[in-house]
Amino acid sequence: MSLSVDAGARTRTVPPGPRRHARPPGGRRLLSWLDLRAAPYFFVSPYFILFAIFGIFPLIFTAWVSLHDWQLAGDKTFIGFENYSELLVDDKFWNAVLNTVGIFVIATVPQLLLALLLANALNKKLRGRLVLRLSVLAPLITSVVAVAVVFTQLYGRDYGLVNWVLGGFGVDPIHWQNEKWSSWIAIATMIDWRWTGYNAIIYLAAMQTIPKDLYEAAAIDGASPRRQFWGITVPLLKPTIIFTVIVSTIGGFTLFAEPVMFGAGLMTGGTTGQFQTVAMFIVKEGFRDFQYGYAAAAAWILFLLIMITALINFAIVRGIGRSR
Amino acid sequence: MMNNTRRGVLAAVAAGALAFTAAACGGDEAPAAAPSAGGSAAPAEKIEITLNTFGGGENFAYDDAVAQWNAANPNVQVKYVNLTDRFEDTYLPQVLQWLEAGSGAGDIIAMDEGAMGLMAARPQYFADLGQYGLDSRKADYPAFKYDVGVNTEGKLFALGTDIGGMAMCYRTDLFEKAGLPTNRDEVSKLWPTWNDYLEVGKKFKAKVPDAGFVDGANTVYNSVLAQEAGKNGGLYYFDKNQGLVVDKNPGVKAAFDYVQSLSTAGLTAKLRSWSEEWNTAMQKGGFATMGCPSWMLGVISGTSGDSNAKKWDVAAVPGGSGNWGGSWLMVPSQSKHPKEAADVLNFLTGKDGQVAAFKEGGNFPSAIPAQQDPTVADAKNAYFNDAPSGPIFAASVAKLAPVFFGEKHAQVKAAVEEVLVGADQGSVKWDEAWTRFVEEGVKAAG
Repeated sequence: MSLSVDAGARTRTVPPGPRRHARPPGGRRLLSWLDLRAAPYFFVSPYFILFAIFGIFPLIFTAWVSLHDWQLAGDKTFIGFENYSELLVDDKFWNAVLNTVGIFVIATVPQLLLALLLANALNKKLRGRLVLRLSVLAPLITSVVAVAVVFTQLYGRDYGLVNWVLGGFGVDPIHWQNEKWSSWIAIATMIDWRWTGYNAIIYLAAMQTIPKDLYEAAAIDGASPRRQFWGITVPLLKPTIIFTVIVSTIGGFTLFAEPVMFGAGLMTGGTTGQFQTVAMFIVKEGFRDFQYGYAAAAAWILFLLIMITALINFAIVRGIGRSR
Repeated sequence: MMNNTRRGVLAAVAAGALAFTAAACGGDEAPAAAPSAGGSAAPAEKIEITLNTFGGGENFAYDDAVAQWNAANPNVQVKYVNLTDRFEDTYLPQVLQWLEAGSGAGDIIAMDEGAMGLMAARPQYFADLGQYGLDSRKADYPAFKYDVGVNTEGKLFALGTDIGGMAMCYRTDLFEKAGLPTNRDEVSKLWPTWNDYLEVGKKFKAKVPDAGFVDGANTVYNSVLAQEAGKNGGLYYFDKNQGLVVDKNPGVKAAFDYVQSLSTAGLTAKLRSWSEEWNTAMQKGGFATMGCPSWMLGVISGTSGDSNAKKWDVAAVPGGSGNWGGSWLMVPSQSKHPKEAADVLNFLTGKDGQVAAFKEGGNFPSAIPAQQDPTVADAKNAYFNDAPSGPIFAASVAKLAPVFFGEKHAQVKAAVEEVLVGADQGSVKWDEAWTRFVEEGVKAAG
């Protein structure tokens, strides 16, 4: 709308001169049409060109590879959907899916709830509010590998701090990598330590856009702070919560660095795959066993899983506050 | 943006280099006589040979050796490029992509033991070194090192550089506490066989219950397996037709059973090599012995630190022989100058090249003449109470029988050892472990 107004103004103000007459009127019209209609596309094109090269092409190429028995520097034979049918009955793949979903649930649910409560606390009038707000965000700027290395030491079987503290209560040393439950908890705490503050800051920003008079009106009606939080804050934060849930879903399903570091840098995720995530499974198949076709198929299924889970989460979160 | 410009410049340089090599190639064909290693004949054009290696720190330690070569051969200059410190997840996939693409790889590439089975099964990608007379080097090597460089077509495609060998590192302070001898010759006499080693372990554990006798399952398993493989036709997990024999090879079962007996006797510290716990235990005396290839000495001294100097020593490995690790050099058939590359390869893997690498980075030579050079043979390791590391490691590889690595050796090895570690640490029950061991091997073989 505004663009066409601008352009119209410019044609009118072009000064009369020799150049104006030198050009045939048809060409000028074409130029002005290009300027008007094509230029915007031209200006946004860098993103789309890059996206096509580094986003769309790999996606399609991966799909193509996934239809082959594709060995690096080896045979490549077209086998249709055989990789997919093999994957769907592969215990190891489903074990990786289970681990990924399990870690995602026990990491994300407490994390987002905690972030919400934290944001609510930070939204109150507090002494040194800025420092508190910044310190909540601090874990985010640490390197994910550093976090994983430190936590892996804390969860050490023989010399770890966690076992030492538990030992004070008479608990036998836990070999955290050895069981599903213990390894999932250890990895979930790494994720939460790093991302809770990030989500809290996003919630906080959203909370500050909620008009104060809503709370004042509620207070006059006699609503308790708790009631105000669940009745006003949470429903009005819904779009933000949906955003964080979808971002957490994507992050949770592509979980990689923490479990890798936790398992001494191996892609197996524990001796019996106790904490092997789907991303680790893909790397193992593709870059350890050099079965590119199989890894590509797993990558596509992961993509579909993320889409499905994000949609399910979207549907669940959209329901928040609806009953009220 | 900056990246783009840099890439542009690189592309221009690459294009220039390509034109140059093409010209060099054309110039070469005319005189027919090839340049010699000695540098006496002078070909019209200067040739550049790229050498690709991997590894952290000193990696292949070829700085001196390459400088020696370049000084003696002005017309065949070697460019030494260490690509990355990560072999498994960066170097190997990259090399495979280059081989498949038919360009990009260096004229000489280095390869770790773990991928030798894979490369031997792809003879089409490598030059036949026998064509350039390098099969005459056979006498320089222990049989098992030489034979790994022969591919499935029976042609020599790679020559060995360094070698791991195998010894037994032990902590003198813990041995003293257990009332065991601490002198390395006496310690070596304690365990001529693996059964003796087990018995010593039981004695140790009775006196020092809070430390493990051995770190974990991996090094012992591999040492026993290397010795047993020699008794079983040199086979590990595959026969020479790439058939999986993980369940049929008695050597594998023997090594598995031995680890089980160690673990169920409570002699392992249940540690996984390279884990944080393993590092800490090394510093704190969490275990008394561990299987020690030559490069492991650097790992121990680096991890245990100065406070533990002189507490570690090196004795012979039970059974007397073993190996873990080592590398090879090969010439991809895509090289424009395979003849010159083979000459350089011959020099680097020869006595002078290997001794230079030992001096620079401590990489233990696999060629026998280099092992016998006084620089290597008289070498002592100060951190390990001046242990004569040279003779110890040379002895451990002298009697090793030739072995065969299948195409998927590395994958099967990783998968089955995972079961062993699991059984040792308790996530897999020992009575189910063997079935699982075979299953995982079958899955990994694909």
